[in-house]
Amino acid sequence: MTTATLPTSAAEARGKQSVPFLEVQDLEVEFHVSGTVQRAVQGVSFTLDRGRTLGVVGESGCGKSVTSLSIMRLVPQPPGRYAGGRILLEGKDLLQVPEAEMRALRGGRIGMIFQEPMTSLNPVYTCGAQIRESLSVHSGLSRAAARDRAVELLDLVGLPSPKQRADDYPHQLSGGQRQRVMIALALANDPDLLIADEPTTALDVTIQAQILDLMGDLRERTGAAVMLVTHDLGVVAQTCDDVVVMYAGRVVERAPTKSLFADPQHPYTIGLMAAVPRIDAAIGRLATIPGAVPPPWKRITGCRFASRCPLATEQCRTEDPPLRELSPGHGVACWRAPIETVMS
Amino acid sequence: MTAMLEVRGLTKHFYMRRGILRRIAGTVQAANDINFDVNEGETLAIVGESGCGKSTIGRTLLGLTPATAGTVSLDGEQVLTLDKTAMRSMRRKMQIIFQDPYGSLNPRMTVAETLAEPLLLHDLATPADVSQKVAELLDICGLQPWHAGRYPHEFSGGQRQRVGIARALATRPRVIVCDEPVSALDVSVQAQIINLLEDLQRQFGIGYVFISHDLAVVRHVATRVAVVYLGRIVEEAPTAALYAQPRHPYTLSLIKAAPRPDPSVEQISAPVQGDLPSALNPPSGCAFHPRCPMAQDRCRKERPELRPLDGGKVACHFAEQIQEGGFGEPTPVPPMLQRRLDVLERARAQSGAE
Repeated sequence: MTTATLPTSAAEARGKQSVPFLEVQDLEVEFHVSGTVQRAVQGVSFTLDRGRTLGVVGESGCGKSVTSLSIMRLVPQPPGRYAGGRILLEGKDLLQVPEAEMRALRGGRIGMIFQEPMTSLNPVYTCGAQIRESLSVHSGLSRAAARDRAVELLDLVGLPSPKQRADDYPHQLSGGQRQRVMIALALANDPDLLIADEPTTALDVTIQAQILDLMGDLRERTGAAVMLVTHDLGVVAQTCDDVVVMYAGRVVERAPTKSLFADPQHPYTIGLMAAVPRIDAAIGRLATIPGAVPPPWKRITGCRFASRCPLATEQCRTEDPPLRELSPGHGVACWRAPIETVMS
Repeated sequence: MTAMLEVRGLTKHFYMRRGILRRIAGTVQAANDINFDVNEGETLAIVGESGCGKSTIGRTLLGLTPATAGTVSLDGEQVLTLDKTAMRSMRRKMQIIFQDPYGSLNPRMTVAETLAEPLLLHDLATPADVSQKVAELLDICGLQPWHAGRYPHEFSGGQRQRVGIARALATRPRVIVCDEPVSALDVSVQAQIINLLEDLQRQFGIGYVFISHDLAVVRHVATRVAVVYLGRIVEEAPTAALYAQPRHPYTLSLIKAAPRPDPSVEQISAPVQGDLPSALNPPSGCAFHPRCPMAQDRCRKERPELRPLDGGKVACHFAEQIQEGGFGEPTPVPPMLQRRLDVLERARAQSGAE
């Protein structure tokens, strides 16, 4: 069963759903910096349904954060520019809606969690005040109702003594507690779409486990769609239903999580998996991917990974590989795929 | 037999002072009675969460910040009591690599200048042969000769860390303290740097004190592991033993909390609740007791001493009762992944041969 638009396995399973909840089509984002054009995101497409978690993985500079910022339309313009593509939330193109409507969506239907809560929370307002503001702006709650709801939300995210914490300023909390406040803020108006950009990267492992548990519980309870941007394959394996692997601004592989880990196809994905030191395995010498990610200002014809890829042919160096579906829901952008043909 | 590096009773307290008289208003016990040995060619990992004091241990043992108490000896020579001149030549033998090489390299010096400085300072090179020695260092650390004339900002994160390693290596040290050397790097680059550190250790017999929060990386590089909680070592053991059978509930929770890159294993939910308590006001008894699932009355009252157990050491009253294992038998690389890697490896060898 191969379809032209490559829906995720979730959409296929549901079948009846004609319009995916979130659909990103051929997104192109550029940055104009001192006379150069840096193409941060090039032709990125994926879909995400309610109740599912999509992981977007890649190394720094691969465009994963720009992709997530684009969905909220938070890429600063200039220097950024949406050069092409569409971002459809239930069929409506977020790149076209008026700014006022977008403002209502952010923090309303779309909740956001960023990596460093210290820089995304306002240091001069108490945690409670920031949640109350969001509630009164988006849901129009009265002061008293907003106050109660804020405490309720802080309790929901597992902050000890939420009533007192609501009167604390962000600097009075620990990193894990701040991230909980950030999550409470993101959830304040019952979003259908939660975008989390490296939500646990700045946290210690024991705290990370708590936050991931919390996000899992909340997804189950609210049925929201979650987009999780991360560099950590461990986090992806444990929390995501589907994965998009990005490299230098492009999607190189897209698959259900189980399928990706059982059958990685792109040489970059394979290299990435073998490069991760594992806590449950002693795997001798770590595999490495020689070379480094090409700088964003560099114009590349052909596959962006070709310069580091041992399987690269002349075609790879001259023609850009499209994302092709090898099995239902599992797409890969590689001229040499499926890798089984190279192996035999 | 004495070890190459011996750390005994190393303690570092920071005092919070208040008022005009600068009276001591509080004490942060950042490191308390730290003991360990590092032998030639060995890696001792110091593991813990942020704020546990692991970086303080590294800096104090190098004398970068004065110790409150304790001794450090390198090849039998006391380090912390040396006068300034002697300390300077001792620094030749003890180096450090930081997490963020961008912050630790001088942005106004080219790589050649950065590397030449310690060589000339310690009489390891003469002005005549210094550029050749710099070229050798670059080569050892996987950098190209033309990198010598470049400035730190012209490098990627991984290359910059290679420069940081070359700088530490310049003085042919006996011990290098690696303070989170790969935490800021991407996975594929992290693997390159870990392999480089391992190669250098094999080649020169350097002892590493490897400070990290990442238990997967530590399992990969360490000979022995010391787990630190709130300024104290709570468990120390050979790497394989520690991961197979953690003896301290904190170690167990760290191991269990690390997300595993394999969707077929069911991750258990968060093994401990709560945050690291404030070091200014540590809990009574065992510092871990407020978060410990096994805590009993005794833990609240009596601080457990580090005691020997099964070839390692542990500071827990109930260490014997931990039945749950860690990861005994390391699982091999899945055959599927291994076959694919082999294909890539062969192709790489072929294209290199052409």
